[in-house]
Amino acid sequence: MTLVEFWFLVIALLWTGFFVLEGFDFGVGMLHAVVARDEAGRRAAVNTIGPLWDGNEVWLVVAGAAMFAAFPDWYATMFSGFYLALVILLLALIVRGISFEYRGKSASARWRHTWDVLMTAGSLVAPLLIGVALGDLLHGLPIDKAGEYTGNFVTLLQPYALYTGVTLVVLCLLHGATFLALKTTGELRERSGRIARGVAPPAALLVVGFAIWTHVTGGKGVLPNPVEVLAILAVLAAAWLISAHREGWAFAATTLAMATCILSIFTELYPRVMVSSTNPAYSLTINNAASGSYALKVMTVVVIIFFPLVLLYQAWTYYVFRQRLSPGDFRPPALLTRQGPLAKPDGRTPGAGKPSPAGPASAADPEGLG
Amino acid sequence: MTGPGGPMTLDLARWQFALTSINHFFFVPVTIGLAFLTALLQTTWHRRKNPEYLRLTRFFGTLLVINVAIGVVTGLVQEFEFGMNWSAYSRLVGDIFGAPLAMEGLAAFFLESTFLGLWLFGWDKLSRRVHLLCIWLVALGAVLSAAFIMAANSWMQHPVGYAINHKTGKPQLNNIWAVLTNPVFLWGYTHVLLASLVTGAAVMLAVSAWQLRQQARARGTDGAQDAASGQPPMFARSAQLSLVVLVPAIILAMFVGSELGVIEARYQPMKIAAAEAQWTTCQPCSFSLIQIGGGNNDHTPTQILAIPHLLSLLATNSWNGKVIGLSPLQSQYQKQFGPGYYVPNVFIQYWSMRLMAYSAGLMFLLGLWGLWLIRRKKMTGSRWFLGIAVWAVILPFVMNTAGWLLTESGRQPWIVQGIMLTKNAVSPSVGLASVITSLTVFVAAYLTLAIVDLMLMIRYARKEAGPEPAPGDGADDLVTAVRY
Repeated sequence: MTLVEFWFLVIALLWTGFFVLEGFDFGVGMLHAVVARDEAGRRAAVNTIGPLWDGNEVWLVVAGAAMFAAFPDWYATMFSGFYLALVILLLALIVRGISFEYRGKSASARWRHTWDVLMTAGSLVAPLLIGVALGDLLHGLPIDKAGEYTGNFVTLLQPYALYTGVTLVVLCLLHGATFLALKTTGELRERSGRIARGVAPPAALLVVGFAIWTHVTGGKGVLPNPVEVLAILAVLAAAWLISAHREGWAFAATTLAMATCILSIFTELYPRVMVSSTNPAYSLTINNAASGSYALKVMTVVVIIFFPLVLLYQAWTYYVFRQRLSPGDFRPPALLTRQGPLAKPDGRTPGAGKPSPAGPASAADPEGLG
Repeated sequence: MTGPGGPMTLDLARWQFALTSINHFFFVPVTIGLAFLTALLQTTWHRRKNPEYLRLTRFFGTLLVINVAIGVVTGLVQEFEFGMNWSAYSRLVGDIFGAPLAMEGLAAFFLESTFLGLWLFGWDKLSRRVHLLCIWLVALGAVLSAAFIMAANSWMQHPVGYAINHKTGKPQLNNIWAVLTNPVFLWGYTHVLLASLVTGAAVMLAVSAWQLRQQARARGTDGAQDAASGQPPMFARSAQLSLVVLVPAIILAMFVGSELGVIEARYQPMKIAAAEAQWTTCQPCSFSLIQIGGGNNDHTPTQILAIPHLLSLLATNSWNGKVIGLSPLQSQYQKQFGPGYYVPNVFIQYWSMRLMAYSAGLMFLLGLWGLWLIRRKKMTGSRWFLGIAVWAVILPFVMNTAGWLLTESGRQPWIVQGIMLTKNAVSPSVGLASVITSLTVFVAAYLTLAIVDLMLMIRYARKEAGPEPAPGDGADDLVTAVRY
C-alpha cells in the first residue's frame, strides 16, 4: 500500500468512525423529545450520550484536519465549494453542542423546550448536510482545471446527494433508537424499541436503494461491490433483530449498516477524492491532491502511535458508561429541591416546583455541576 | 471590486477570521488555565480530604465545562474557515500547516474531550485516583492542543523546515523537527501557556472575590472569618490559590514575552519596528510610553513620554542595540520581494503592544496587592481589593487579544512571512455574498452565545452563593453523578 492509499483509507475510516459514533448521538438528539413523555425521561435520554458525544464529535474535527494535512487540494476545493452548506452545518453543530450544556441549566419549561427544539433541529440538519456533501463528492460537481469549484449552493443539491443525505438521517434515527433501547430501562426502552421497529422498514428500503444508486453512480462496472452488499445485508439483519427484541445484536447490525454505507461511498470514490462533472480529467485524485511524501510519512508515524490509543481509551469510556439509565434516576424530589427560588412549575409534573424549605444550593447536586 | 477574491471579499474574510479567532481565544486560555487550576484543587482534595476543596473543584469544573463546550464549537469554525475562506492558502501550505492541525486532533482533542466526559460523568463510576487522573489528562490535552496550533502559527511567522517544490512551486515539509523547535514556537508557546495560566487564575480570582463579597454582604460582617467554624471562607482558598499561580505566571510571561520580542525583531523586523512606530533607524532607541500620531501616513510622531534605551533593550537585549526603522525596511523589502507596501498597520501595532503590556502590568500589581493582603490575613475583609479583583477579570482578555493583534497584524501584508501575501490567500471561488452571509451568521451566533453564557454564569454564581451545607454533610454526599 502506498502512502497516499494509506491516507485515503485513514480518512475513509475517520468518516466512518464519525458516522458510526456520532450517528447514534444524532439519532438520540433527534429523538430525545419524542421518545420520552416527561422531563425525567428526556434527561435520561440525553444522558445516555452525555459523556460520549463530545469525544465522538472530535472524529469530525480529525477527519477534516487529516484531509487538510494529507490532501490539501481536496480540503481546499471541498471546503470552499461547500461554503454555504458548511455555514449551516457549523451553525447546526454549534446549536446542538451548546444545547447539551444549556438545556439543564434552568428549570423553566420554556427554556428547556427551546433547547429541545434546537437540539432536535441541529441533530437533524448536521447529518443531512454531511450526507449531501459526501454524496456530492462521488456524484461529481463542476470543478475546473485549476481544481476550483465553479457551481453555487443549488448545484450541491443534486438528487443522488440529497438521497444520500436523507438515507443517512434515517439511518441515524434507526441507530439512535436502537442505542436508546440498549441504554435505557422501562418505558423509555419500550418506546425506543417501538420507534426503532417503525423506522427499520423505511431505513432498509432507503439503504437498498442507496447501495444500488451508489454502485451505479460509482460507474465501476456491473460486478457488485461487496461493501454495498454487506450494507444491504446489515440493514436487513438490523430490521429483523430489532423486531426480535435482540437489542445488543440489533445495535451491532445498525453499526455495521452505518459503517458499510459510508465505506460504500469511499470505495466507489477511490482513487478519486472529488469527481469533476465538468471533465473527468479534472477530478481530484489521491495522487494529484496529496501532500509530499515526507509530510505523509510524519503523519503516518503520528497516526500509528495515537490512533490505537484513542480507540483504546474511547472504548474504555464506553465500558465505564455501560449501565442502562432509567428516567427514575432523574425524577424529583432530588431534581427540584435544588432549584430553590429558580424553580418554576414544570406543568408536566403536577405539584413540582415548590422550592424546598431547606434547599441547600450545593451538596447533592443532581445536575452535577449546575 | 466585489467579485470572488476581490478586495471587499478579502477584507470581509479577514474581519471574519479576526472576529472568530479573537472570540475563540476568549475561551481557549480560560480552558487551559482553569483545567490546570481545577486539577490542582482536586489534587488538594485528594490529599487533604477537606470537602471544601471538593466543592471548589466541582464549582470551577462547571465553569471549565461550559468553556470547553464553547471552545470546541468555536474551534470547529476556525478549522473549517481555513478551507472556506482561505482555500488558496490551504492549497499552497496544507503540506506543512495541515500536519500540526491533524496532530492536534489526534493527540490532543480526543484526549481532552474524552477524558472531560469521563471526569464529568465519572464521579461515582471511577475510583478517586483514576478520576483525578482524568482531570489531569484534560489539562494535558488542553496544553497539547495549544502546542500544535502554536507550531502551525509560528511557521506562518517564521517558516522553517521546508523546501519549495520546483514542479508545483509549493513549499513542502522536509524537517518536522525544525518546525517543532522553531524559536518563535518555543518562546511563543511558552508565552501563550503563561498567559493562559494568568487568564485562568484571573477568572478564578474574580469569581472567588465576587463570592466572598456576596457572602460578606449576606452575613453583614467583614467576612474575614467564618463565624461558626473560625475557618476562612471556602472561596478564600480558591482566591489564594489563584493569586499564588497568577503572580509568578505573569512575571514569567513578561520575561518570555520580551525574549519573544527579541526573536521576532530578528525574523520579522517590520513587526517590532511598527510596534514602536519607529520610522527611522535608531541606536540607541528609547521606548515611548505614549505618543500622538506616527501612523502609516505620519512618519514623525510626537512622543509624550519616553524611556531612553528601553527599546534597544527590549528589541535586541543590549543597552545600545540598533533597531532598523520602517522606511529603510520598506525599501529593503521592495528590493527583495518586488514592488508593494510591506509596512503593517502601525496604529494597531503600537497600541496593541502597549495595551498588552499595560494590562499585564496592572494584573501584576493587583496580584502583588492580593498576596500582601493574604500575608496580613486581610484579603477576605478588603472590599476594595475584592471589588477591583472582580472587574480586573477583563484585563487578561484585553491582554490576550492585544497580544494576538500584535502578532497577527504585525505579520501583514504576509499570511506566511516571505512566502505568501494575505491578498493572494483568499478563496478564488467564494463570492462576496457568501462571505457576508457567513460573517453575519457567525457574528449573530457568537453574540447570542455570549449573552446566554453570561446570563447562565451570573445565575449560576448567585445560586452557589447560598448558605453553606450543614457541617454534617460528608464528602460522599457531594459525589453524585454529574448529569445534564
